[in-house]
Amino acid sequence: MMRSVIFAYCADPDTLAGIKWLSCYLTTGKHLSFYGSFGTVLLLLAITAPTALLFGFGGATAARSPIAPLRWFGRGYIAIVRGVPDIAFFLFFVIALDQAFEWMRHKALCPDWDQPIRQGNDFVVCAQAKLPLSTSAQWLHEAYGLTLAVLTFAIVFGAFAANVLFGAMRAVPHAQLETAAAYGMSPRQTFWRVMVPQMWVYALPGLSNLWMVLIKATPLLFLLGVEDIVYWARELGGSKTARFTDYPHGDWRMWYFFALLVFYLAFTKVSEVFLDRIMARLTKGQATSGGEAQRKAA
Amino acid sequence: MKNLVIGTAALAMLAGAAMAEGTVRLGTEGAYPPYNFLNDAGEVDGFERELGDELCKRAEVTCEWVTNDWDSIIPNLVSSNYDAIIAGMSITAERAEVVDFSQNYTPPSPSAYAAMSADTDLSGGVIAAQTGTIQANHVVDTGATLLEFPSPDETIAAVKNGEADAVIADKDYLIPEVEASAELMFVGDDVPLGGGIGMAFRKSDPELRAKFDAAVGSMKADGTLNALIIKWLGEDSPRF
Repeated sequence: MMRSVIFAYCADPDTLAGIKWLSCYLTTGKHLSFYGSFGTVLLLLAITAPTALLFGFGGATAARSPIAPLRWFGRGYIAIVRGVPDIAFFLFFVIALDQAFEWMRHKALCPDWDQPIRQGNDFVVCAQAKLPLSTSAQWLHEAYGLTLAVLTFAIVFGAFAANVLFGAMRAVPHAQLETAAAYGMSPRQTFWRVMVPQMWVYALPGLSNLWMVLIKATPLLFLLGVEDIVYWARELGGSKTARFTDYPHGDWRMWYFFALLVFYLAFTKVSEVFLDRIMARLTKGQATSGGEAQRKAA
Repeated sequence: MKNLVIGTAALAMLAGAAMAEGTVRLGTEGAYPPYNFLNDAGEVDGFERELGDELCKRAEVTCEWVTNDWDSIIPNLVSSNYDAIIAGMSITAERAEVVDFSQNYTPPSPSAYAAMSADTDLSGGVIAAQTGTIQANHVVDTGATLLEFPSPDETIAAVKNGEADAVIADKDYLIPEVEASAELMFVGDDVPLGGGIGMAFRKSDPELRAKFDAAVGSMKADGTLNALIIKWLGEDSPRF
């Protein structure tokens, strides 16, 4: 069996005890993957949050567009995605998305293919159309999986964000928009110069909720084959018998999940501090109770 | 976002141009010792790892191991995210409607119940089993209350913490668990279920299936498969 030997004394774990044993146990290759998965989750959040916000902004703008088909599209997107359970979305949508990409590549790359793509339950495209190709390195498969995950998360959370922003746009006092029009601003100018800067303060409480939910939604990743922190905690915490590992132990899931709890709580705290700062900044000069309080305090 | 997709696609195309012959991706669960599990280094290990590597050598293909959740292991095969399942999957008529199996690489082996006390009620109690397994179907047939878990490890934990009265799984999986635990014991008779364990392939992929089927056949013929069974599943496990 292969051993990761970060500390020289880890070569023979059976003879170890106490702190030394623990230091070896916590530096096995499997644990290093566990630590790495924290990075995966953070990376995913860092890409997903802005993407979802972008989807949300697009959805909200579409939903209040004067052009009817665009409005129907925006409202339909919000209603459908919010209505479908996340897990169904993840199981169905990611596979559908993957197949859609492969279908397009298949049409472009293999025009002389004569077999049907759907054969019973199977989805078969020519070898050149596979995404990623079955010959490509494992990291590419993982990167692709992560990309699909980000896209799916962005679509799902984008719909919720769209609803929040849609509400926030309507919460901007109407008198402000009328004044803008009276000053001769075009609808586009009114939108970008008056409404968008003011709507964030109304949107932030809803968006911060979404952010918190998103942080905790990452276990859905393993459905897509992305190994996240909850997957590793369950895998590492499960009882191990001496036959299959150098470090046998009982059911330690509680400890691993406790570590996750600490991570999530710390992350939530950091997020809250950060969101409070943004809120204070956005409230400045606004005709809200928060803005009024700031004005009096100053 | 879009750039990432296009970038990945472009990279994938470049990689594809360099290599002509395909790699076979083997999907497994990585949570079902001794069949397949992740070792301390985080790599797939176990009976099926050793078997799979030997089969790939005999079929003269390069293989890559992929882990996937048990729940979505068949959907991901039929949508071509990997090319074969080698994950302690018993051959059943129900599954054979969706995928094609190779010939079995373990003989039909018994499933067994494990519990904390010898007088556990197996037909009226609460029995833990992994979702989507032949054992879970069996529990429903016996009339006991079925408690399902996504991973095998959780079924054992449920018995130890009293959530379930007994667990049913492949006996080969339970043996090391029962040996390592002072509280667990086998109860009741062994139950013969399924037609042995085989590799699963897409129905549209008969060539790959034939390659591996022949490789399994050759390992049966020269006795190397039996040696692997003894090494990983023990002397008492049925052999060819």
